[in-house]
Amino acid sequence: MASTDAPSDVTALGRPELPAPPEVMPDAVAASLTALAAPTAPGAPVAALGTKPPNLLRRLPTSPIAMVGLALIGTWVVLAVLAPVLPLDDPNRQDFLSLGNPVPSAKHWLGVDIKGRDILSRLIHGARTVLTVAPFAAICAYLVGMPLGLLAGYYGGKVDLVVSRLSDIILAFPIIILYVILISQIGPSFWNIVLAVILTAGPGIGRIVRGLTLEQRHLDYVAAAQLRKESDLYVMAVELLPNCRGPLITDFCLRVGYTIITIGILGFLGLGLPPPDPDWGTMVKEGTTLISVHPHMSLFPAIAIVSLVLGFNLVADGVRELSLTD
Amino acid sequence: MITFIGKRLLGLVGTLLIASFLVFAVTEFSPGNVARKTLGPFAAQESVDLLYQKLHLNDSLPVRYVRWLGVLTGVIADPLQDPALKLDFKDPRGDRYFGNFGYSTLYKLPVNDVIWNRLGNTALLAGISFALIVPLSLIFGVLAGMREGSFLDRTISVFGIVATSIPEFASGVFLVAIFVVALRLLPGTSPLTTGGGGWSLASQFVLPVAVLVLYDSGYVVRMVRGSTAEVMSKPYIRTAILKGLSFKTVVWRHAVRNAMIAPFTVILLQINFLISGVVVTEMVFAYPGFGRMLLEASLFGDIALIEAATLVALAVATTTQLLSDLGYALLNPQIRVG
Repeated sequence: MASTDAPSDVTALGRPELPAPPEVMPDAVAASLTALAAPTAPGAPVAALGTKPPNLLRRLPTSPIAMVGLALIGTWVVLAVLAPVLPLDDPNRQDFLSLGNPVPSAKHWLGVDIKGRDILSRLIHGARTVLTVAPFAAICAYLVGMPLGLLAGYYGGKVDLVVSRLSDIILAFPIIILYVILISQIGPSFWNIVLAVILTAGPGIGRIVRGLTLEQRHLDYVAAAQLRKESDLYVMAVELLPNCRGPLITDFCLRVGYTIITIGILGFLGLGLPPPDPDWGTMVKEGTTLISVHPHMSLFPAIAIVSLVLGFNLVADGVRELSLTD
Repeated sequence: MITFIGKRLLGLVGTLLIASFLVFAVTEFSPGNVARKTLGPFAAQESVDLLYQKLHLNDSLPVRYVRWLGVLTGVIADPLQDPALKLDFKDPRGDRYFGNFGYSTLYKLPVNDVIWNRLGNTALLAGISFALIVPLSLIFGVLAGMREGSFLDRTISVFGIVATSIPEFASGVFLVAIFVVALRLLPGTSPLTTGGGGWSLASQFVLPVAVLVLYDSGYVVRMVRGSTAEVMSKPYIRTAILKGLSFKTVVWRHAVRNAMIAPFTVILLQINFLISGVVVTEMVFAYPGFGRMLLEASLFGDIALIEAATLVALAVATTTQLLSDLGYALLNPQIRVG
C-alpha cells in the first residue's frame, strides 16, 4: 500500500482546496535544505537549528497578486465592520414605492430586490455574516483536522490507519452531496454550517497535514528535538507545524474561499442561513425568478460572492509563490 | 497487480457500506416521522400507525440498516409493497430481487424507475463537459507551463484563478444575463423537452456545459501548468535543448508525457467534483437530472432515494479513484503496485 501513497495523496488535493502536488514538493525540499544548511557542527548549540527564515507574512507585500487579493478582502471587511455606522437602509425594510422601478437609482444605489429591500445594504450586511461564518468554520475545521493529521503522520501505524481510513470515506463523497444531505436533515443554521464544514473539510486538512508531517518527521531538526527529550506534543506543535506553514496558509485561504462558495451554493439551493439575516446565495436565488426582467437583482450578489472568493484565492496564490522561496 | 485490485475492490465495498450507514444515521436527525412523510399530511392516524408498525420504525438504527441491506440484496421483501398497507406501491420487478433500492416515497415509484433515467441525463451533461474540459485544460496548461513567466503564461494563470473563483450558480447567472436576457441567443432553462420555447435540444446544453467547463477547467489548467513548468526546469529538458532539438520537439517528445503524470490523477478526480458541480448546474437550468432529484429527495426526507443516489454517486467516485491510482502506476514507472 505504501507504494500507492503518492496518488492517493493527490486525492486529498481535491478541489481548489489544495496546492498542486508538484508545487508542494519544492517547498518541502526547500524546508529540508534550510534545516540542513543550519550549523550542524558537533557541540554547536542545538537551538541554532531552529533559525527561522524571514517571516512569510512580512514578505507578502512583495507579491502584487496577494496585494490585489488583500485589497478585495479588505474592502469587504471594512464595509462589514462599518455597516452599523454607514448611512444604509435597514436591510430588511421593504420600500414598496421603489418596487415599481427596482433598478439602481440615487436612493438605492444598487436597486432594490424582489421584496423592495435595498440591495447594497443587504450585500454589506450579508458580508458580515459570510465573513464571520466562513473563516470561523475553516478555523474550526483546522482545529479538528490538524491534530488528526499530525498524530497520523507522526506516529504512523494503527493511528494512521484509523485516521486515514475514516477520512477516505468522507473524501469519497462528492462534497456538495454531503452538504446537501447533511444540511437538509439537520437544518441550516450558523452552528450546523460550521459542523458541516468541519465534517467535510477536516479530513482533507488532516490528509495534507499528514503528508507534510511524513515529509518532515525524519529531518534532523525533528531528531534534534527528540534527542533533547522534548515531549511529542512540543515536537509536533512547536517544531513540525511551523515548518509546514507555507502550504497550510495557502490551503487555509483556498478553504475559506471554497467555504464561501459552499455557503453560497447552500443559499442558492434554498438551504441558506434563515432570514432575516441577508445571505448572498439566497439573494442570488431570489433574484433569478425575475432575471429576465431585472437581472441586477441576482447579478450584484453574484458579483459580491465572486469578488470575495477571488480575494482569498489570489492571496492563496501569492502565499504559495512566496513559500516556494521560503 | 491482481491482488492489489482485489484489495481495492474490497475496500470500495467497505466504503460503500460505511457511507450508506452514515447516510442512514444522518437522516435520523430529520424531524418528523418517516411513516407520516410517506403517507402525506392528510392520511388518517391509523394508517400512519399501521405503516409505522409494518416498517418496524421503532427498531434501533443498526437493525433497520441491516433490514434495508436485506431488501437491497433481495434477501427480504420490501415492506412498503405489502398490499395490507393499501399504498398501491407495486414494483413490476417484484418485491424481492437483487438491487432493490425500495420505493421512493416522494415520487411514489420504485427507486429503480426514478433514478436511472435521471442518472443518464446527468451522465450526458457531465460527459460532454468532461470531453471539453480535458483537451482544453491540457492545451492551455501546456502552453502556459512551457514558457513560465511569459505573457501567455500570466494571462492563462490569471484566467485560471478567476475561473475557479466563480461558483457555478454565479457563472450561470452571468451567462444567462448575457446570452439569454441581453442577446436572446440561447434558452435559460434546459428541461430537455422541445415543446414550449421551441429551443432545440442541442441549444439547451450550451449554457450548462459552459458553466461546468468554466469552473472545472480553471482548476485543471493550473494543475497542468504547474506540472509542465516543473518538468521544463529538469536537467533532461536542458540536455534536449542543448543537443539542438527544436523547442517544439522538446515540448512534445520530452516534456508532455512526463508532465501528464500528476494531472492525470487530478483529471480523473475531477469526475468527483463534476458530480458536485452538476448538482448546482442542474438547479440553475432546471435540468432533469440526478442532482436535482437528490436535492428534492433530501428536502422531502425520501430515505430510499437518498440512499440509492448516494450509493451510485459514491460508486462512481470511488471507481474513478481506483482508476486514477492504477493509471498513475502505469504512467509513472517509479511506482510499483504490488
